[in-house]
Amino acid sequence: MATVDQPREPAVTSDRGLPRRFTVPRRTPLTWVRGGGLAAFLFLLPLLFVFGAFSWYPIVRTAIMSFQHTNLVQAPTWVGFQNFSAVWHDPQFPVAVKNTAYFALLALVFGYPIPLIAAVLMSEVRKRRGVYSAIAYLPVVIPPVVAVLLWKTFYDASSLGVFNTVLHRVGLGPYPWLQSQQWAMPSLVLESTWANAGATMIIYLAALTGVNPELYEAASADGAGLLRKVWHITLPQIRGVLLVTLILQIIGTAQVFLEPYLFTSGGPANATLTVMLLIYNYAFGNSLGGDYGKATALSLMLAGFLAVFSLVYLRATRSWSTR
Amino acid sequence: MKSTRIAMIVAAAVLLGVGASSAAGSTQAGKQVKISVASLIPGSTPAAIKQFNAQVAEFEKKYPTIKVKPVEYQWTAPTFAAKLAAGTLPTVFEVPFTDARTLGDHGQLANLTPYVKKLPYYKKYNKAVLAEGTDAKGQIIALPKGAYAQALHYNRALFKQAGLNPNKPPTTWAEVRTDARIISKKTGRPGYVEMAKDDNTAGWILTTLVYSLGGRMEKGIGTHATATLNNKYTIQALNMLKAMRWTDNSMGSNFDYGWSDINQAFAAGNVGMYISGSDVYTNLVQAYKVNPSRYGVTTIPLAKNKNAGVLGGGTLAAVRPNVKTDQLAAAMKWIDFFYEQPLVSKKQAIRNAKTLVANKQPVGVPALPLFNQQQYNLANKWIKPYINVPINQMKPFLNGIFKQDLIPEPEASTQSVYHALDAVVESVLTNKDTNIVQMLKEANAQAQAAIRQGA
Repeated sequence: MATVDQPREPAVTSDRGLPRRFTVPRRTPLTWVRGGGLAAFLFLLPLLFVFGAFSWYPIVRTAIMSFQHTNLVQAPTWVGFQNFSAVWHDPQFPVAVKNTAYFALLALVFGYPIPLIAAVLMSEVRKRRGVYSAIAYLPVVIPPVVAVLLWKTFYDASSLGVFNTVLHRVGLGPYPWLQSQQWAMPSLVLESTWANAGATMIIYLAALTGVNPELYEAASADGAGLLRKVWHITLPQIRGVLLVTLILQIIGTAQVFLEPYLFTSGGPANATLTVMLLIYNYAFGNSLGGDYGKATALSLMLAGFLAVFSLVYLRATRSWSTR
Repeated sequence: MKSTRIAMIVAAAVLLGVGASSAAGSTQAGKQVKISVASLIPGSTPAAIKQFNAQVAEFEKKYPTIKVKPVEYQWTAPTFAAKLAAGTLPTVFEVPFTDARTLGDHGQLANLTPYVKKLPYYKKYNKAVLAEGTDAKGQIIALPKGAYAQALHYNRALFKQAGLNPNKPPTTWAEVRTDARIISKKTGRPGYVEMAKDDNTAGWILTTLVYSLGGRMEKGIGTHATATLNNKYTIQALNMLKAMRWTDNSMGSNFDYGWSDINQAFAAGNVGMYISGSDVYTNLVQAYKVNPSRYGVTTIPLAKNKNAGVLGGGTLAAVRPNVKTDQLAAAMKWIDFFYEQPLVSKKQAIRNAKTLVANKQPVGVPALPLFNQQQYNLANKWIKPYINVPINQMKPFLNGIFKQDLIPEPEASTQSVYHALDAVVESVLTNKDTNIVQMLKEANAQAQAAIRQGA
């Protein structure tokens, strides 16, 4: 590696006893090139291009389009905040927000603790831990579309459906699952939990390895049982990870799209219409060319909400996570 | 320092390489014109694909300078909108009657007028059908591929199993309800099912029911039209569905069928009756290998009301607006060859029918005339020896359809009107306590807003 830009002379005093200024070589384009700046830039260029074209440009374009009326063929017209106003007054908007919040709540109540419990139990297992981990992680490996097709057969509302057949043996059902306005959303959460729990569980398992075993030994010596050890040692020790996974889950569930899109298309009767699905419907629900202005306006509103929420969350939990 | 120079050379070479390869990719191959055309829907059988490819080969033989690339294509509202926005539609694609005019007005379809007017059969077109592909400026922006009337398709095997006469399908909605109940009770299969998905199909079928009772979904035209979704006939139709679903329990347990799903379920023998276009038999064969002996089709029952009629629609072939002149000319040749010639040229009609028969594809599926009645009768006469569909089982439809009034789909914001109705149908079928009047009021407001915006 070439070394450049370092002061080469030690600090010395001048003839008159005053400290002499350090001599810093002047940076010129040539020194930048000789120092490897150009090579670094050239190597960086493809990445900058890809990142700019596929990440930043769409974000900027989204922001611009949210103030326009356009069908992407004719010249766009500026409409100010009209798109935001139209979204705000759309009767489907509160329905979508309510459904998204319901999904997030169900996922939080049922989906959040399950990976944690599974990870704690698995960390207690002495034999074949790898096998159990692989089984738990398997749903993450299955492509989501395939998983949804699989679960659609489970959720078949007839008495021949997999779940209904099993439940019939214990005298329950048949249940309508996805064909009911009450059951549809919990059904989506169940599949979503199954599909995603494995990934979170692996994170928890990794975090649990960082907990000092001596703490457990000391707790055992004091007569603590499993639950007390989990409550007083495990949870406090991995609280940083718990906080991060919680915010990631909330952001993820606020953007839920795949399950309602593939399972129900937002139905029955808008019972599973989420904010992301509403954005999709604005953009692509009408074959004559979507309302891209409204779609991008709602996207910005969602992004803005999540940004503010994340900021508040991080501030509110800062002391707890670093204590 | 040396390593830095080498790195710079490598980076520059990589960049130059990328540039060079993209330049090579843009090189054009001689004078040959390349176009892509909508072919069959995804999931079509190998026999259907073989038949289509044979037609492409025949076209390329006739026009050696044109190279045709078939692209699987199925019109659905969301996928069409996405492809339209992304500019990834094939050069020649298909759109429903409901969309062509508005797409043309928005500048999203190529102007075909000079080419169409040179066609020798131009004057034979059914004017009402040609108007579906003409924009507000009078430019022809699409040519008809096929026209359909809604029909009631039924499973003859389930009719027999239920002790019903498959040669005497229901002729009133009361009979549909009774037969559905009997089929459901005797066979354990749903007697009557409907498309009820949130993809505009639920609204499409509900509109069919409403038309058959004498109602309409709109009054007036364009952005000045008034939505009339909450008329008494819509309430009547929804109450009928409610009774079949919750009182008779004759509609099974699946209430999110879309167009493809319901065809699949019917072809698998799991549906007693359902409504779809009269030409759906082609898809039942091409995608799901329906057993012809099971298939039956009849007209939609019409109420005794002078306004009652059958919903009719169709498909048009159109060209992307941004193609070069030589591609547009080639695209028109394809439209002429593939869509129109089999209906106007005896030679082409017979050749087409022979190719279809050889590949076990349906010939003689019920469709409505695109040209004048004389031409329609003539074309049917040409292909008569090659008809391989169960034509006797289609007689209840063929004998009745020309006596029914054909009503076009709602003209203003069609897809938005259907979409507003989707949720109402879904709710009636999944919630016993649905407040039909209230939901229709909300749907009407939603549709009216879309009409005003021209969405």
